[in-house]
Amino acid sequence: MIEYKELTKKFGKIDPLSINDYLQQDGYKMIRKAIKMGPKKILNEISLSRITGRGGAGFPVSIKMKSFANETGVKYIICNADEGEPGNFKDRYLMENDPHQIIEGMLISAFSTGASRGFIYIRSEYQNAINIMKHTIKEARKYLFLGENILKTSFSFDIEIRRGAGAYVCGEEFALIESIEGKPGRTRVKPPFPSQKGVFGLPTLINNVETFSNLPFIMRIGGREYNNIGSDFASGTKLISLSGNVKNKGLYEVSYGETIKDVIYILGGGIPNNRQIKMVQLGGACGVVIPQSLLDIQIDNERFHIFDSKIGAGALIVIDDRHDIFDIILRNMEFFEHESCGKCTPCREGHGQMVNLVKKFVNFQATKKDYLSLKSLANVIHETSLCGLGQTSPSSIISTMEFFPEDYEKRIEESVRRGQTNG
Amino acid sequence: MVNLRINNIDVSVEKNTTILEAAKKYNITIPTLCHYPDLHINSDCRICVVEIDGYYGLKTSCSTPVKEGMKIKTNSPKVLNARKTITELILANHDTDCPSCIRNMKCELQSLSRNLGIDTNRFENVLQRKEIDDNNPSLVRNPNRCIKCGRCVDVCKETQGMHVLDSMGRGHDMEITPAFGKYLNDEICTYCGQCANVCPVGAIIEKDNTDTVWEKLHDPNLFVMVQIAPAVRVSIGEEIGQQNGLIESGKLVSAMKHLGFNHVHDTLFTADLTIMEEGTELVNRITNGGVLPMLTSCCPGWINLAEQEYPEILPHISSCKSPQQMFGALAKSYYAEKEKLDPKDIYVVSVMPCTAKKYEASREELSVDGTNPEVDIVLTTRELAKMFRQMGIDFNQLDSVEFDNPFGITTGAAALFGATGGVMEAALRTVYEIVNEESLDDVDFHAVRGMQGIKEAEVVLGGQTVKVAVSHSLANARILVEQVVAGTSPYQFIEVMACPGGCIGGGGQPYGTTNEVRQQRIASIYEVDGKMVYRKSHDNPSIKALYKEYLTEPNSKKAHHLLHTHYNSRNS
Amino acid sequence: MSLEKILSKYPQKKEYLIEILLDVDEDKKNHFISEEEVTTIAKHLKIKESHVCSVLSFYTLLSSRERGEYIIQVCKDVPCYLNDNFNVVETISKHLGIEMNDTTDDRMFSLEFTACIGCCENAPAMRINNEIFVSLTKDKVIKIIDSKKGGNS
Repeated sequence: MIEYKELTKKFGKIDPLSINDYLQQDGYKMIRKAIKMGPKKILNEISLSRITGRGGAGFPVSIKMKSFANETGVKYIICNADEGEPGNFKDRYLMENDPHQIIEGMLISAFSTGASRGFIYIRSEYQNAINIMKHTIKEARKYLFLGENILKTSFSFDIEIRRGAGAYVCGEEFALIESIEGKPGRTRVKPPFPSQKGVFGLPTLINNVETFSNLPFIMRIGGREYNNIGSDFASGTKLISLSGNVKNKGLYEVSYGETIKDVIYILGGGIPNNRQIKMVQLGGACGVVIPQSLLDIQIDNERFHIFDSKIGAGALIVIDDRHDIFDIILRNMEFFEHESCGKCTPCREGHGQMVNLVKKFVNFQATKKDYLSLKSLANVIHETSLCGLGQTSPSSIISTMEFFPEDYEKRIEESVRRGQTNG
Repeated sequence: MVNLRINNIDVSVEKNTTILEAAKKYNITIPTLCHYPDLHINSDCRICVVEIDGYYGLKTSCSTPVKEGMKIKTNSPKVLNARKTITELILANHDTDCPSCIRNMKCELQSLSRNLGIDTNRFENVLQRKEIDDNNPSLVRNPNRCIKCGRCVDVCKETQGMHVLDSMGRGHDMEITPAFGKYLNDEICTYCGQCANVCPVGAIIEKDNTDTVWEKLHDPNLFVMVQIAPAVRVSIGEEIGQQNGLIESGKLVSAMKHLGFNHVHDTLFTADLTIMEEGTELVNRITNGGVLPMLTSCCPGWINLAEQEYPEILPHISSCKSPQQMFGALAKSYYAEKEKLDPKDIYVVSVMPCTAKKYEASREELSVDGTNPEVDIVLTTRELAKMFRQMGIDFNQLDSVEFDNPFGITTGAAALFGATGGVMEAALRTVYEIVNEESLDDVDFHAVRGMQGIKEAEVVLGGQTVKVAVSHSLANARILVEQVVAGTSPYQFIEVMACPGGCIGGGGQPYGTTNEVRQQRIASIYEVDGKMVYRKSHDNPSIKALYKEYLTEPNSKKAHHLLHTHYNSRNS
Repeated sequence: MSLEKILSKYPQKKEYLIEILLDVDEDKKNHFISEEEVTTIAKHLKIKESHVCSVLSFYTLLSSRERGEYIIQVCKDVPCYLNDNFNVVETISKHLGIEMNDTTDDRMFSLEFTACIGCCENAPAMRINNEIFVSLTKDKVIKIIDSKKGGNS
């Protein structure tokens, strides 16, 4: 098997609602160890681990944590559990199956950086996860892992749950911060970055659920050892949300070195009904669409030509040969049109125009001019949008133009042919 | 200092300078749209993007600080294409019938499109027409022209502390409206018009009354009188293409006569009268144990806020009408009697820097007899400039003409009304001399001048130290008012103006009213004051004559009837 | 639960606005927030109504217009689309006789789209109020809706 279970190894073996189950599996030992080590050593281990953020952007965690640790005064830690990228469900699994692991990861972060207050921001659609996390926080408080003077030290830290109310964009760090402050989820101008001026204007460290879940693991095996797992470009394991036209859809944990093909064929059991893969979308709706011929690439955070990160938050959406690229792109663009916050022009006005142009391809009414307009627009949105939403949303268009040029050409030819027959 | 390169020019600027500021310093123009000097940097429109070597994507120059060694291109093909595309996107969701827009040729979006060389739009127009709100006397909101730059929201929420407007909905459906998409007159809007002043396009504009004025000017049965506020003459020059906003008042009178006004008057006269009435009221309140602190009443935006949100403050507000209304009241009583005219045949126009004045003129209690308004109609500075353009007036060709009598003589004190702290300074000049029975050596009260949001000063009046304060912008007004309401205000007299900088920064002033421009206009106000023969309101011989001939004395019964008013709580 | 009771659950700070709105929406049979409630909430939190409205109109789970007792939200994103071989939306639409974004005449059901609800491994999926239903088939969808009609939430 190619699975490498670390973050998910307790799944199904412990009752997520029982802190005792977690404790019996060596739970909360790593925060004890961390407290003994002291902040400097912890940050050094995290630095050695070379772990990158698991929310999609893949930014080195230690850089963010170190700059946050240098800030003074009241500081916040936010766990971003606003998982909304279509095709992703790993954070839900982590919350529903091993919630204390997340709390422990947040504790290690708080202790090593001097933060005293935390939030877990969970989308309301994840009602079950909200209930579990609320229960988990209560239990952790009861066992003195949260609150004043944790483990009888001077370290104090507590966590509050905040619910999202239906906005994909709140997965973006500043949009999420605005939402916690009781405002619409519209991002802010950077700099200053959240680690300098985040929630309520105070320094804030914001990480994804999976990132926090990795910290107890790093504490256990040490940064150097952790760095030995994975590929040259990324260390550790990655949770993969496998969905679409694949036999065994589900959540898998693999090391970063595995190939996309192996995940789909070995873990996923291949494509049902003996069909062929037409394309695979990596990361989610904001991800790159690749053809069958590229499936041998590894799952890691290496940049993919002009695309930010290859695998994003870890979704693999397998699409078989019954589907054409335009249907898929249209759904993606309609999603972003609906989820744009409206703040910056390219994203607010651009997605509707991309939907209009893609519809022309779907309806066999596209011209070469439409192709050029779409290409230019997709690039401008990608390059000028204020936040990650618009910067990544055109990925499926830009990548299909690169990897499926013949599909566009044929569609334009067919449009001309049909236009002539109709007209 | 930070060293970098912009378009092959070596640039050296202070740390924390933005790329936009750095470029400006070296005369490199980067186009902007949502950017407005004194407001927050929202970085929403993305027009000011530039290419930076080694940076991923394009960066907005308004929000990106310079870094040592940066190599920036402000005009690469990629940048130009991005700007063009973004502008096309805006135009594709905009009512682009430019010739029928009040901002035609004065529109920031139009200039931007022209400068970017946009001659075609690749994108389909997707504008969904929405209802225009013109249900109040002051402002018109046209959502079909809104480009969602966010300036109006920022100025309404932050500068004015009103938060009437905000972004509703999201994505493509996002609109800037009051709560529940209501009309402005359903909301606690003060009609200060700051939103209209910062709007880059024609989405929020003043209610245009020029057509009505043209009609009245050509009505043979009417005697049309016009009054001009002090803040207008220091800014209207900007509208007619002058570097400096200040226009010699003689030329302004001449231009007004060309438009066809029978009489041209100066609101400065009733500003002097306001000082006499308000100064006397203040002295009475102090000596007779009246309600203190007393707050000024000339600003209609402020009065709207007080009536709508602070009913407890109303007894503190001076009962004096504003100079605009005092003029109308005198025109239709004193002047009508003097010239044996029927008040119904007198039509009073005011030219104000203000959109809230339009609402003030329409107030029922500010009418001669319940039906005949003291002031019939109000034009903003911008509307007056429009009439000059319609008439094709060339200011270079104009002679100087005096203001008409009997309200001809005015003072420097009255001119100060246009600037923040001006009413306070004018009042102090008079109250000091009357109470202390000694003349001022230096009439300038520097403590109440300048752009600081809240200013305070102390004066000794009759052996008693009186503390005074001045605020401009409604957010600052709230600070002082909340002290009064809480009973912690240390002051006896407070000047409140709704707009930043006072009336010279009013919502009806020429576009591009930044703090820099405000300071220039304020300097002009002090220039006007300094050049006047009379510097104190109580020295004005015409005012003395008016009291002698008609009003008897300040705060007399007649003065009260004509020049004072009352306020009503509109707090629901 | 009354609005007063919901308000008293949270500290009187504007940061709790979204929590309060979610509670009001959940609590009300027809899942919406009225103008009067906006006024009360704004006064309580010492914020402007326009602020409350900007939040209310931004988040899709909140609504200012009355909806059905059961809000059926169908995922329309790619993973569900790829596994939807019977058309979930059309099935519900036909069964209840309403179009997308409509509410049945008896105010029992509203039909809405939702962004991905993270159940892609068991697609297609839908959400009714706070309950999630996965691995949908035509029969299953009809059965679920009919069970709600029975009145047991």
